[in-house]
Amino acid sequence: MSSRLINWFKFSSPATFYPLARKISVASAVIAVVLIAVGLYMSFFVAPTDYKQGEGYRIIFVHVPASWMSMFIYLVMAAWAAMGLVFNTRLSAMMAQALAPTGAMFAFISLWTGSFWGKPMWGTWWVWDARITSELILLFLYLGYMALRAAIDDPRRGDRASAILLLVGVVNIPIIYYSVQWWNTLHQGSTIKMNAETTMDETMLITMLIMTLGFWAYSIAVAMARVRTVILERERTASWVRELGLAGS
Amino acid sequence: MAEFFHMGGYGLYVWGSFGITALCMIAEPLLLRGRSQSIRKRIARMARVEQEVQQ
Repeated sequence: MSSRLINWFKFSSPATFYPLARKISVASAVIAVVLIAVGLYMSFFVAPTDYKQGEGYRIIFVHVPASWMSMFIYLVMAAWAAMGLVFNTRLSAMMAQALAPTGAMFAFISLWTGSFWGKPMWGTWWVWDARITSELILLFLYLGYMALRAAIDDPRRGDRASAILLLVGVVNIPIIYYSVQWWNTLHQGSTIKMNAETTMDETMLITMLIMTLGFWAYSIAVAMARVRTVILERERTASWVRELGLAGS
Repeated sequence: MAEFFHMGGYGLYVWGSFGITALCMIAEPLLLRGRSQSIRKRIARMARVEQEVQQ
């Protein structure tokens, strides 16, 4: 038992995680390319036309996965931040740091594609609907986290301060998730529910899930590649980095 | 083919959504690559300077 525990903590050292992150990144990138290729093919050639929204509904194949990822990545970041506060491990904070730009990007994609769906379906690009507003706040939380981290010169202090911001911001996630139930504004309710059967065509559902898994793999691939860069940036004076022999590259 | 891009009148919205998503998900890895290369160069430069100082 104790030996297993030690093995696990071994990977909390940036030096040992650095090569492992590369393996995870490459494997995830391959999975992402395959899943997204299949997902895109199904989005346009397999999934049927919606009887109410015509071809315009196909936007959901990027909108829904991007929205899910924007919320999920935030929760993962907050979990890393909490772990960093509790165990005082550098790598946890680096993981949160590595995920932030990807999460912000998915929040932006979610808002953008939602807007491009809203224009033909609701007749407006933007409305201060509960879900849209809370998703915008999520984007601002990502940007605020990144700005705060960057504004503090001492990286370890920056880690702690931004970790607290992340943890406070978690309150926004259930607000986004339940906004369509709590407030009866413009955004439609969830089609895929945790506690009830979905009311969606099976092919559409499968397409959406494949795209979601593809986005998931993409996020892991990019975050693992970025954490390697973050490790190099922050550990550049460490002897193990010098021993990597990065000369010329 | 034209019909495919027309998307039953939703062309602008469908391609506007998929287009920006694709752009973001291609740009992000490329930007990251640039960031990775610049830190690698910096570390290599630091190592060279250190060697010269030692000699």
